[in-house]
Amino acid sequence: MSVAEQDPNAAKVARETRGGDAPRRWLGKSVNRVEDPRFLRGQGRYLDDIVLPGMLHAAVVRSPHAHARIVSIDTSRAEALPGVVRVVTGKDVVENAAPLPSFGAGPIVQDMIAIEKVRHYGETVAAVIAESRYLAEDACDLVEVVYDELPVVLDPVAAREDDAPLVHEALGTNTAYERTFSFGEVDRAFAESDRTVSAELYWPRSTGMPMDMNGAIGDYDPGTGVVTIHANSMNFTYFLWLIAASLKIPASKLRLVPVVAGGSFGSKFFMHKVPALAGFLSKLVGRPVKYVEDRITHITANDHCGSDRRYEASLAFDDDGTFQALRISCVDDYGAYLQFGTGTHGNALSQIVGPYRIQHVEYSLAAVLTNKNQQGAYRGFGAEVSNWVLERLVDLAARELDLDRVELRRRNLIPAGSFPYRTPTGNIYDSGNYQGVLAQVLEESDYEHWVAYRERARAEGRHVGIGVVASQERSVFSSTEFWFWFDDPQFTPTSSPESASIRIDPTGEIVVTLHSQAMWGNSPETVVSQVVAEEFDVDPASIVVTYADSQNALPGTGPGGSRYTVMVSGAVAGASAELKDKIRRIASDKLEVAEADLEFRNGAVGVVGVPDRQLTLAEVALTAYLFRLDLPPDMPSGLAAASVYDHPLTTLPNDDRSDLGIFYPFVGHAWHIAVVEVDVETGSVSFLRYAAVHDAGTIVNPRTLDGQVIGGTVQGLGTALFEEILYDEAGRVLNETFERYHLPSALDAPKMTVGHHETPSPYTAYGIKGAGEGGRMLSPAIMSGAIEDALAPYGVTITSLPIRAEQIVDWVATATGEG
Amino acid sequence: MTELRQVELEVNGVRRTGLVEARVTLADFLRDELDLKGTHVACEHGFCGNCNVLLDGETVRSCLLFAVQAAGHSLTTVEGLADPTGSLGRLQQAFHGNGGLQCGFCTPAMLLTAHEYLETHPDGGTDEEIREAINGVLCRCTGYQHIVASIRAAAGAPG
Repeated sequence: MSVAEQDPNAAKVARETRGGDAPRRWLGKSVNRVEDPRFLRGQGRYLDDIVLPGMLHAAVVRSPHAHARIVSIDTSRAEALPGVVRVVTGKDVVENAAPLPSFGAGPIVQDMIAIEKVRHYGETVAAVIAESRYLAEDACDLVEVVYDELPVVLDPVAAREDDAPLVHEALGTNTAYERTFSFGEVDRAFAESDRTVSAELYWPRSTGMPMDMNGAIGDYDPGTGVVTIHANSMNFTYFLWLIAASLKIPASKLRLVPVVAGGSFGSKFFMHKVPALAGFLSKLVGRPVKYVEDRITHITANDHCGSDRRYEASLAFDDDGTFQALRISCVDDYGAYLQFGTGTHGNALSQIVGPYRIQHVEYSLAAVLTNKNQQGAYRGFGAEVSNWVLERLVDLAARELDLDRVELRRRNLIPAGSFPYRTPTGNIYDSGNYQGVLAQVLEESDYEHWVAYRERARAEGRHVGIGVVASQERSVFSSTEFWFWFDDPQFTPTSSPESASIRIDPTGEIVVTLHSQAMWGNSPETVVSQVVAEEFDVDPASIVVTYADSQNALPGTGPGGSRYTVMVSGAVAGASAELKDKIRRIASDKLEVAEADLEFRNGAVGVVGVPDRQLTLAEVALTAYLFRLDLPPDMPSGLAAASVYDHPLTTLPNDDRSDLGIFYPFVGHAWHIAVVEVDVETGSVSFLRYAAVHDAGTIVNPRTLDGQVIGGTVQGLGTALFEEILYDEAGRVLNETFERYHLPSALDAPKMTVGHHETPSPYTAYGIKGAGEGGRMLSPAIMSGAIEDALAPYGVTITSLPIRAEQIVDWVATATGEG
Repeated sequence: MTELRQVELEVNGVRRTGLVEARVTLADFLRDELDLKGTHVACEHGFCGNCNVLLDGETVRSCLLFAVQAAGHSLTTVEGLADPTGSLGRLQQAFHGNGGLQCGFCTPAMLLTAHEYLETHPDGGTDEEIREAINGVLCRCTGYQHIVASIRAAAGAPG
């Protein structure tokens, strides 16, 4: 890999943070999270906990139809209700707002309140602003909407036919995007390979489903014209100015205040409907307006749910098990709008060959519009789906070859000496030791024991199965994945920066300011505190972490795509280096010693090897702020630094898109092994063993990483076994409450072990790789493999999710002739 | 609909009163009238358990009770588990030290549910019993394992 391709600032940070022989003092330790105490006391200050003086409350009227023309809306009865301030409809949007932002191409227009027609069940048709939420909801019942129902289109394959009803008439088709990408010589490789396995696969629409729903408070100041929006997510660099455009105000007059979120998992990644609506409503009435989704709205019409994909997929390989080529064709049901364009498939292409040496790949995508809520981000951002597809094909190939699933995978792993490894799509894998991770998971899971156990259990008539899967975990996306889909994209950004500012105050206390979303269940404050503690050798619990509002913010992209820990660590390392230089200069003068002889130790800077010759950070800080004449003459007062850290390693795609460039290069690697027992009478699945080993590069905090792995794994179990947003034939959501949308509970989740392997990235600060999504990249595939293995006596092949208990019972009944 | 009722009850050892419509849920009463924001609402249908509080020592879904139904009773919310300025309680410390929370949204209900469980299982019981006890509180972040470990640690029991 040419060094010239690395961002020079990031390369400097990587060099300076690589670490020598001395053990790290704070990084790599399971320190207690600094965020915890306020949440343990119930003082989290989530969006709905915030009350502004004079604040009003909004509730929305949701469409009961999936596709209908809005004939008329009568708001008079609602507006007559005491306590109701205003009822807002599409007419107000036409007059006072612009459409919501979208990264999709073509005339696919979405408004914060539907104009003329609704395109999915639950879409907002009116908003009521009232003195209380109770009154607002009362008034929603009094808004009379007359609809002219239109034919619905729900099946994405049928939606592609010429006579299908159009979701967006102006587009002239429901196929919003269609293209085939080819990397290598796919036809030749398929023709020359000894064997092929193929499958039609279905991945169901589910959603991140955080416990805390999307919410915002708009607070318009008529005096200054500034719209302040408190929101539990909004990324400044990408989305803020787009929301300003929707509100028809200059971006300089939109002030976003980040508020902690009780979970996102992607569902708040591009929160556009909720903050735009809250800002718009406040602007209309000149008072603060709070709007928080309720659960039904979140399930039926949240900012975006996860992938909904139908695949035809084939893997070509030789008799010795060597994989040769992969051919994937996907029809993806995007629902009624296309916020992200097809970025979730760009994500898949970053690691489409998994950890295997597959040289030739063809990838076809049809992105189709239907009368459902729109699709966008969900933990894994589309790569979790492609990993399930790949691992399904690998399991099928093992069956075809009658070869052990571990052995088949082992034979195809990218060898340790070949990094950075360029994959067929152009993205690279920066580093790895896949054989090492495999050896570790086999040992930690006691794999051979469980193979023997399964054979004994089978002999006793029990249905025990083993699942074994591998996955890559790409981290730190580049913006190119949002547009390299198009030959002639209209907008081609390449930035995805993150920033941090560090201020040491005159008393020596450290305040770090972050410049993107507030915490949403990850642990940004702990990560930053550990990095600062590592650099300055101070107690991480003593560091105050705060979040800038957008008017005071440096560039920031926020969490997503497992990028935040990598990127914010780079930014903090950069700012720390600058501050440490200044401290060393001051201390060098005062202690009359060369800067090179100084070290940071226990809240002080001192002479190496001379414990009593040192200055505390407070002494240095006091000098920096209040004793100008003691400072070197060219040094300005104060002790603060800020750093903007750009993506360390990204390149452009080529013109014909046979090379997509480097866009997701810091790649973790993981293996999971699960042993399950299936009760074929009830279809229930229980766990006998679940072992995971992840390599996420240098680990910041093992315990919080474990938490991400376990939480992601259990979320993936939900995808594998229960979760699916169900639509009836009229496009109404059938399971719009938790009564029928089942999330994994404590009794559904396994007790698992998490092992760590550390192969540092050569390109990032400290060698960290992202790791927030890995669990969910593996567990859908492992459940498919394990349950299929348990049901091997019945010849079951699992090609769709979720694998419901009744499905299992049905398979067994059919196979045994009782169906 | 708008007739107001006087509600008098004990919350975290303190006598509190409020004037609310009969239809106001206990969760909204605690949050909006008494300004106790630690009780969180996540589904309003009684399924997720995130709004659990202790009523006379037993967990109840505060979204399924009206405030008027709680009149005369004694409630404990997360704010009652530790002095606001003092150190964290035993369970809170155990969650802190064992990764028992991520986003923190279900945490108050988890703590109160665990509190009720440990009253009857002071030795911590089995993992299965702990999972059974918290099965009615949904957490989307943790996968529950570190919560189980936290409850076990609070009981002083080996994991």
